[in-house]
Amino acid sequence: MASLLAQAPILIIAIPLVAAFLTPLIGMRGDKARKALVVGSLAFTAFLVFALARDISITGIRVYTLGATAPGLTEPTGFMFPVRIILEVDGMSIFFGIIWAIVSLAAAIYSFSHIASETGQIRFFTLLLLMVAGGFGMMLTGDLFNLFVFLEIASIAGGALIGFRNRFGDTQEGAFKYIVVSAVAGLMVLLGTGILYAQYNSLNMAFLAQAIQYTTLDKIALALFLIAFAMKTGMVPLHLWFPDAYSVAPASITGMLVITSHACMYAAFRVCFTLYGGVIDGLVVGWIIIILGLLTMFVGVTMAVYQKDVMRFMSYHAISQLGYMWVGVGVGLAVLGTPALLAYGRDAMTGGIFHILNHAMYKPLLFFTGGALFYYTGTRDLAKMGGLAHKMKWTTVLYIIGTLSISGIPPLNGFSSKILIYESVFRFNPILTIVGIIVSILTLASFTKAFHSAFMGAELPEYKGGKEVPKSMIIGMVILAAGIVLITLFPSLIVSWALHPAADALIDHGAYINAVMGAVP
Amino acid sequence: MLSKIVRTTANQLIVFILIFGLYVIAHGQLTPGGGFQGGAVIVSGVVMLLVAFNAKELKKSLRESGLSIMESTGALIFAALAFAGIATTFFYNVLVGTPIFGHVPPTGANPGDVWTGGVVPLMNWAVGIKVVAGLSAVVLAMALFSSGEEMEE
Amino acid sequence: MDYMPLNFPFLAAALLIGIAFFIIIFKRNLIKLIMGIAMMASGVNLFLVALGYRVGGNAPIYTNVPPGPMVLPVPQALTLTSIVISVAVLALMLTMVIRIYRHTGSLDSEKSRRMKG
Repeated sequence: MASLLAQAPILIIAIPLVAAFLTPLIGMRGDKARKALVVGSLAFTAFLVFALARDISITGIRVYTLGATAPGLTEPTGFMFPVRIILEVDGMSIFFGIIWAIVSLAAAIYSFSHIASETGQIRFFTLLLLMVAGGFGMMLTGDLFNLFVFLEIASIAGGALIGFRNRFGDTQEGAFKYIVVSAVAGLMVLLGTGILYAQYNSLNMAFLAQAIQYTTLDKIALALFLIAFAMKTGMVPLHLWFPDAYSVAPASITGMLVITSHACMYAAFRVCFTLYGGVIDGLVVGWIIIILGLLTMFVGVTMAVYQKDVMRFMSYHAISQLGYMWVGVGVGLAVLGTPALLAYGRDAMTGGIFHILNHAMYKPLLFFTGGALFYYTGTRDLAKMGGLAHKMKWTTVLYIIGTLSISGIPPLNGFSSKILIYESVFRFNPILTIVGIIVSILTLASFTKAFHSAFMGAELPEYKGGKEVPKSMIIGMVILAAGIVLITLFPSLIVSWALHPAADALIDHGAYINAVMGAVP
Repeated sequence: MLSKIVRTTANQLIVFILIFGLYVIAHGQLTPGGGFQGGAVIVSGVVMLLVAFNAKELKKSLRESGLSIMESTGALIFAALAFAGIATTFFYNVLVGTPIFGHVPPTGANPGDVWTGGVVPLMNWAVGIKVVAGLSAVVLAMALFSSGEEMEE
Repeated sequence: MDYMPLNFPFLAAALLIGIAFFIIIFKRNLIKLIMGIAMMASGVNLFLVALGYRVGGNAPIYTNVPPGPMVLPVPQALTLTSIVISVAVLALMLTMVIRIYRHTGSLDSEKSRRMKG
């Protein structure tokens, strides 16, 4: 067990990767073997993630050096700088890792029946596992170039999965837009990495964070990183591709794409707080992030109000919710290094991160229910649905849970994170809170309307004969709903166990450097 | 399908392309090259066959399921070699010091010794297998695609 | 650090990336869009290789090397990885464009966008 735990950081990435390449070989032995492989590998990965999380909360930041004679040996004997590929796992990384482990497991189980009628299922699960490995890689790596590599792995697998149902034309267009955006974002990250490498001769984030000077070139690199990651998360001036891609993917993949956009958000935080942590001009960058975040919240929700397509409607809400997280963490960045940080900046960041956790539970859940509606009715048009509550009892209940949570109705988890953001942000600037509350009300209004048109009313004749969606889809949704219920019941425990360590890991960039560089001044 | 002269020449040339590709893979740890480059050289041979014959002819001998298995096998060999060092760390070079690829190369300019590099040459072979299979599948799929057919599932 | 005199490779890389951005933003033909991305990838790769260049350097391989300085190996490894990745991305994009063409009969991004709103 101890030796397993010592290797855990790499195993979390390697097991989905190996399982991905085993899928074509084992997948030919039949459905059962393939499903067992997919669920088994993802469940084992999730177990490792939780074990590692527990270990990190006790012993602090964990580094893992690939190919060294000992995992903790970051600098080879006789060298004063890291030369190998290093994975570095702190509170923030493992927090995102937990989210990704839960959602990918739920999505894989959900997929079993959601795509059962499609051809090429072996390829679907190979790509799904590759995407999981790419996402974990982005979260755990301590090396800028590997960040780019894993970003591309996740993007290529994600793009291929969006276009998986290739008999429809619109899936290909959505996938094409996604892959173009990913390619451009990836190249911008690579260019930024090259600029930093040119000046400091290293790719290791801890080494760079120690050496960084904040010269003009560094500022260009920072802008490249932030634009690239903001583009991948669908921040407002760059959000046009987002609903096109998200609405056409199979619902399970849409749920996972939400988390990959969180992973990009994680990368942006890592760059701002850790890489540039000591030198960044927090007020300027923080305000840019806050203003764009507010725009994202507002534009997302106003576009969502008049959408007819259920998945597009939810995608616009996803954009709007991502704005909340940017605002929360942006406030933290704006007050970084000032006394206000301790007063309310940490709470604002905790709120933003809490909102990521909540969003990672309810948004995939809502996408999954949207997928269930599509599975049942064969259309994504809300106007053509109606009276579905009569037949789809489980889906209805789960949709209600998701709706209440996303609109921030007390006592559900969406409320706890939003109130945390509102309270702390109010002390920074009251206008931000007012916009947040307006957006929240609009969210509730539009979700109620969608609920009404899809579920309420008399049973429509064309949907009379159907049955509730298959079990595996319900299991996938129930996993996420259980997450929501757990967070709702124990918000304070979650805050102290998971969120404060994550926020502190962002604030304390010195610890991140020391974990790799040792006590070298 | 092109003329008989082209086809016969292609049939002869493919041997040399294969040998060169395998050479590039085998000497990956010593000279410029390695798994991806050598694999790409071999796939250029596949492209030549694709031009000389046509996609439908080639599909008979290169089946998609076979390529898929070959690709996975290459990736798994690579992962297995990486896992071989797991007793110390992932990617730890276990073969250093053993007679198989375990020689320690002299520092500085040297004439080159094939038996060096530990697991690196083996990984080159694994990557080579994967790249040959993967890129051939891509090229073949696109050729079939543009001639209006689909790969079999 | 001595870079190459006159910084020509960097200027060329910046030019390539600039043109590529222009193409990606303003061109409506999907194939041209893909070409733009390929150009951008080449620009970034050129930038990386130019970074590692040292005046009069040899390839960083010890087999039969003549004496003298060597160029940095790390940027070359980065470039190689990036080339491999762009091969995959471009292949995927071309496949999607073929499919889009089959469904809509057009390569014009304005015509194929049926999902406005």
